[in-house]
Amino acid sequence: MNGAWLEPWHWAVSLLPFEWAQYAFMRLALLVVIFLAPLLGGLGTVVVANRMAFFSEAIGHAAFTGIALGVILGLANPLWSMIGFALLLTLTIAWIRKRGGLSSDTAIGLVMAVTVSLGIVILSKGGDFARYTNFLIGDMLGVTAADVAGLGILTAVTLAIFLLFFNRLLLTSVNPVLARSRTKHPGAAELIFACMLAVVVTCSLPWIGILVINALLIVPAATARNFARNTSEFFIGSVVIAATSGIIGLVASFYASTATGATIVLVAMMLYVITLFIRRREA
Amino acid sequence: MELPSDTAPTHHGIAPHRCGECCTTLRQVGVRYHGTPVLEDINLHLHCGELTAIIGENGAGKTTLVRCLLGEIPHSGEVHFLDAACRRKDSPVIGYVPQRVSFDREAPVSVLDLFAASLTTSRPACLGVSLSVQGQTIEGLRRTGVSHLMNRRLGTLSGGEMQRVLLALALTPVPNILVLDEPVSGVDHSGREKFYDLLSRLRRQYDLAVLLVSHDLASLARFADRLVFLDRRIICEGPPATVLHDPRVREAFSLASLT
Repeated sequence: MNGAWLEPWHWAVSLLPFEWAQYAFMRLALLVVIFLAPLLGGLGTVVVANRMAFFSEAIGHAAFTGIALGVILGLANPLWSMIGFALLLTLTIAWIRKRGGLSSDTAIGLVMAVTVSLGIVILSKGGDFARYTNFLIGDMLGVTAADVAGLGILTAVTLAIFLLFFNRLLLTSVNPVLARSRTKHPGAAELIFACMLAVVVTCSLPWIGILVINALLIVPAATARNFARNTSEFFIGSVVIAATSGIIGLVASFYASTATGATIVLVAMMLYVITLFIRRREA
Repeated sequence: MELPSDTAPTHHGIAPHRCGECCTTLRQVGVRYHGTPVLEDINLHLHCGELTAIIGENGAGKTTLVRCLLGEIPHSGEVHFLDAACRRKDSPVIGYVPQRVSFDREAPVSVLDLFAASLTTSRPACLGVSLSVQGQTIEGLRRTGVSHLMNRRLGTLSGGEMQRVLLALALTPVPNILVLDEPVSGVDHSGREKFYDLLSRLRRQYDLAVLLVSHDLASLARFADRLVFLDRRIICEGPPATVLHDPRVREAFSLASLT
């Protein structure tokens, strides 16, 4: 895909009187952040409310095995094997929880231990592991126009599904038994959300990095919880905080020559600490 | 066609405003958990306008019975819902008040959010609540006298306030059957009395079939129309005066003092 359709974007951003805005790779990275950070911030509210933080962490780490599968299958782009494996894992965890009666964190811990080790063993065979460290910390410099288009579609589809199931997820977060008495198939809504989360996390990994992806889900939502008194303040707060820290973090990482994902997380953490002191919750 | 009145027990107390026609029937309902029977041979009729209370010791299967009625767990036997015209209803509206809800008290969820999430799927609560849902919420909360709590966060409510909010939620929309699973455990004595009084009033007002799981024998003696003593199967049932004098019930609840 050629990037001609992005010309207006490049032109508009380059009008900004900043050094970073003069670089094409930064303008593309900015687009990725503008899509991805609010998306992760929004999904993060459900991750926090429905206690899925450990699950999303496990999905990120499982990417090791997803990449390894791609290598074994000889795929040019391991993203597809990563997505496929993340979905398989999501269903496996749901199945273990349903069948085995293992408490959820044990089931997830078990699956995560297996997938991380398996992936590392396969990828490190022959001493080649260093080739894959990009996935650990992420890389925002090589964004292409095709990436941006794919991410735009992913964001639109994910948001639509998310908003469709939001009320069911909210009820489940308050009380699963209550949710079952009020809506049909709240469990299915949670499973669909988990699958969607797995896809979004996996697609974000090449840019954000396995090590910090979960923080981008959790920290903005945790920050919004410091002041939110109801669900819309929580959601909108988290989205705004994620977008703000995303943009500030990207620009800061440009000037400081640091990894973008981790820099964004640190900015978000600073906002978290600030909101801790200006809490205004009562209601 | 089978008329529910053929099989309905007639020995219970008279509830005012009873239409006497719509009815929920459980026939030979049984539940096994890993091969062990938890409930066996449950035959029960719930009539509208009537408050039926399930009593029994811990582990007697009270909550399991509630979950059968809610359609949450697989069971043998049959559960039928008949409306006033004796037609089978596959999905009646069941209002459910859970056992003392354990939830994250720090969660940014308001009473209005809870109602919005329950009443509609078309508009996600995270994007604000429509005026019509707000109207329904206020109306629902008024039924239990707690409309002033609409914008409060769930975590800031007292136990009694929370139960009234959950009761209001269960009554919005007005259900065919209202099921309450130990709704006032952890609420003090006067709070419990008030709650039962309210429940009793609402049952008459909306002609509800009410199924209540409770340990409050003293209150039930005054507010329930019928008691069902459960210990994996129905040991005895009938008007409170009869059931509370049954030696098996008196033994289970050490009721020497209650005469």
